[in-house]
Amino acid sequence: MPWDRNQMAARAAEELEDGMYVNLGIGIPTLVANYVGDKDITLQSENGMLGMGPFPFEGEEDPDLINAGKQTITELSRTSYFDSATSFGMIRGGKIAAAILGAMEVSEEGDLANWMIPGKLVKGMGGAMDLVAGVGRVIVVMDHTNKAGESKVLRACTLPLTGKAVVDRIITNLGVLDVVPGGLRIVQLADGVTEEELRAATEATIVA
Amino acid sequence: MKKVYATADAALDGLLHDGMFIAAGGFGLCGIPELLIDALVRSGVKDLTIASNNCGVDGFGLGKLLDTRQIRKMISSYVGENAEFMRQYLSGELELEFNPQGTLAERMRAGGAGIPGFYTKTGVGTVIAEGKEVKTFDGQDYILERGIVADLSIVKAWKADDTGNLVFRKTARNFNPPAAMCGRVCVAEVEEIVPRGSLDPDLIHLPGIYVHRIIQGSHEKRIEQRTTRKKETA
Repeated sequence: MPWDRNQMAARAAEELEDGMYVNLGIGIPTLVANYVGDKDITLQSENGMLGMGPFPFEGEEDPDLINAGKQTITELSRTSYFDSATSFGMIRGGKIAAAILGAMEVSEEGDLANWMIPGKLVKGMGGAMDLVAGVGRVIVVMDHTNKAGESKVLRACTLPLTGKAVVDRIITNLGVLDVVPGGLRIVQLADGVTEEELRAATEATIVA
Repeated sequence: MKKVYATADAALDGLLHDGMFIAAGGFGLCGIPELLIDALVRSGVKDLTIASNNCGVDGFGLGKLLDTRQIRKMISSYVGENAEFMRQYLSGELELEFNPQGTLAERMRAGGAGIPGFYTKTGVGTVIAEGKEVKTFDGQDYILERGIVADLSIVKAWKADDTGNLVFRKTARNFNPPAAMCGRVCVAEVEEIVPRGSLDPDLIHLPGIYVHRIIQGSHEKRIEQRTTRKKETA
């Protein structure tokens, strides 16, 4: 059985170490927060907050307190607030240890496409381009194939890029791959997934 | 110099002209200058270029200025929440310049700080880099981005004193300080104007030197994505 969304998030949470400042993207990456356990992780929200807490209880929503996905959230005892220029200063300046992001396509050279589909989806990159250019480590969490069954792990991205040669590790429903010289290296197979199945679902070059 | 004005309309009087460039604070609908946006709608000023991270939603925030066709061009990082925006953009009525979010914030900060351009890694190797100077520092490529100086900044803060010192609340700070900095004139709307001396000088988020006019008013503060969790029952 390939991993489901929660299993992928749990696997991504294993990437995080005590003391890290981390930025989580929208979608499956948001679920990673549920699996950090006892680790001392500080979540950054790029609209100007370090120390993001869980969703508020019903009736306690504060319109002045949202995350980068515009969802109402809460603060923690460690929380600090700052403006957007300061927020991206810490992102661009390499102070954020890791970003866990979703993707439409990833290439074997670590190129990432996750912000637009020409003619179809024109929403904008938000903070994704700054994050992938600036943070210490970029981890992509996504399904290995799209709804049509085509590989999202490609030799070269077909969609406009969010960043060039920026991805370090790819976690999909089929397993974990690292971007290394010459292509991708299989780090781990999802439970019950064979190497043949993963290779068949991957267009990118897999190196030994 | 008296900075406090009675209404948003009075605070914008004499500052507006067609074709002008406005920088607006806010992230999504959080910390947006609602009252000044409404006053811009009433003024009828048009052909606006607006630098703002987002463009509101249909019928609220900067979305109101889309409905009245007062915006010619947006400089934004994300505009996904607005059907009228998409319609005007796809039909060619509205111009759009996408900026990565951090690049937009830094363009505002830099413009306000007298820095006409800066180099950043953000966008290298993407469409954002097209037509921009690339410079290599220590073996790594960076692109040149320009500082923004706007004709007018409109921002929202929590509290102000009558000298324009501003304090923001939680994540409603967001783009407001850099947007305020980059305007030749900045008008701020706040929830409360407090007596001079009652704000702790060590805890001012934006010094009054950046703020030229202030109004106080009540805000709707609409929530874009209301997310909650259930209280666990024992």
